[in-house]
Amino acid sequence: MSEKVMLMLKVSYNRQMSQKIKNAVIWVSVVVAALVMFFPIYWMFVTAVRPREEIFAPEVQLWPSEFVWSNFVEAWNTLPFTQWYINSFAIALIAVVITVFINLLAGYTFAKYDFPGRNVIFLLLLSTLMIPIQVYIVPEYLIVAQLGWVNTYWGVIFPRAAEAFGIFLVRQFMMSIPDELIEAARIDGASEFTIFRKVVLPLSGPVIAVLIIFTFMWRWNDFAWPIVVLQDQEAYTVPLGLNLMQGAYYTEWTYLMAMTLVSILPMLLIFIFFQRYFVQGIARTGLK
Amino acid sequence: MQRRPLQKGTGELRIRIRRWWQRHQRRLIPYLFITPNMIVFAAFMFIPILYAFYISFHDWSLIGTSQFIGLGNYFNMMQDDLFWQVLINTAIYTLGTVPTSMILGLGVAILLNRWIPARGILRSIFFMPVVISGVAVALVASWIFNDHYGIINNTLRQMGSDPIPWLSSPTWAMPSLIIATLWTRIGFCMVIYLAGLQSIPSSYYDAAQVDGASSWKQFRYITWPLLGPTTFFLLIINVIYSFHVFDLIYVMTGGGPGFSTTVIVQYIYQAAFQTGQMGYAAAMGVVLYFIILAFTAIQWRISRQGESIE
Repeated sequence: MSEKVMLMLKVSYNRQMSQKIKNAVIWVSVVVAALVMFFPIYWMFVTAVRPREEIFAPEVQLWPSEFVWSNFVEAWNTLPFTQWYINSFAIALIAVVITVFINLLAGYTFAKYDFPGRNVIFLLLLSTLMIPIQVYIVPEYLIVAQLGWVNTYWGVIFPRAAEAFGIFLVRQFMMSIPDELIEAARIDGASEFTIFRKVVLPLSGPVIAVLIIFTFMWRWNDFAWPIVVLQDQEAYTVPLGLNLMQGAYYTEWTYLMAMTLVSILPMLLIFIFFQRYFVQGIARTGLK
Repeated sequence: MQRRPLQKGTGELRIRIRRWWQRHQRRLIPYLFITPNMIVFAAFMFIPILYAFYISFHDWSLIGTSQFIGLGNYFNMMQDDLFWQVLINTAIYTLGTVPTSMILGLGVAILLNRWIPARGILRSIFFMPVVISGVAVALVASWIFNDHYGIINNTLRQMGSDPIPWLSSPTWAMPSLIIATLWTRIGFCMVIYLAGLQSIPSSYYDAAQVDGASSWKQFRYITWPLLGPTTFFLLIINVIYSFHVFDLIYVMTGGGPGFSTTVIVQYIYQAAFQTGQMGYAAAMGVVLYFIILAFTAIQWRISRQGESIE
């Protein structure tokens, strides 16, 4: 009897041990994979801060021999980065205000009103997600040029102000707001816009946060459309500037990596502080 | 003294407008609320798409001279070897990125769904590249894959093997692009798969464990079928993203060497803004539009069939 118990204990002990080893192996391989994923950002940093001649060393050095912080200042001064950052921030911030407002309004409408043509219009909007901008980039450019918006902030902001992804996201969220609340406000005599402003918006904090963050990211990272509209170097945004820097006759990798790192810093900071909003936004709609 | 009657008139008008508005408000408000969005979509997307059809029947140059040539652009396209090559490149890029990123994303999601030490930080690290701009991804990838000073080739040389001409050979440029894409795409798939995994009730796994089902069997008969909708969604969205990719390729290889990594959206851009064949570019845009439409219809049919079977 006791022998049998002993045997059972032994088997379960062995099983536990092998489970533990298995878990450890899994954990280590995940960590190794994570290190590989993190490496490019680390390597940007190392390349940016090490002495410039060190990047030509034939042997691999994972750690810089010394930290040359002045690389960042020198890199910044090689091209009009100050102007480019002003442009990028201005475009992203103005776009956030416009897009968030009109997308909230439209998303709310698709979620809470029943009107003739609603489903057709909504499907039409969603179907635009599949179409790459290059399909209609030629006429779009001709229209923007006709409006005199080449090389202006408006030329970048307005054509991208309505984001189908944003409308979809807001609609998904606002469907969960109880109709009774809206109906009660309506009976109290509130106007439709007041209902939106005083009843719906205060309940929509999380989706507004997601929308702000994503709109900022889309505009900050945008390339395909700005490179068509912004043709003068003065008008460039940061990604266009980086592309110009790389396209120069001789690529100065130290400076290029320094400026690339600086360009992703705003997004990395937003990501670190608001990660859960990114996760929510992506998990809910698949937007990127 | 003179203004009085005028004010009275506008007052009456205002009252009339208000009455009219009160009567029709409920019906009009929804349209009013979507108007700002619809104006933008109409002016910068719907009209341009129709306009693209019109332009595609013309020999249309960058400086604005145009001549109607009927289906000329479309005939040229059929005979343009490069057009066919960029279509094949697009297919290779899509096939190289979509299944790989989904499989790896699913693997990481499963491993990071159970409780393991430092799970939060590990998830963040996998997810972080998603927020980085395509240009930045392209630049750091160009540096890592650099033929002469890149860390990969330096490591290969140190280990005594031959360096690989990553970005300067037509054979290796596409794999380099695919690897750079995977860097940003795995975390994206992981997040969506994690959401899918978390919606599976843990009681299913408990029951399977009681029955002594192995981890593989649990995956095969519980996880994978229940993730079906997630997988389908990811498949569609990843294919769309791969068709759309522009900044990464534009900055990393510029479509080269030669045309070995030029994809369709890249080729359209070049035709329009570098060689000034706007009509030809618009015609290719129209064809791309129908290709995507066909793909979506096929995917739609398959998903409908899947639903009716289940």
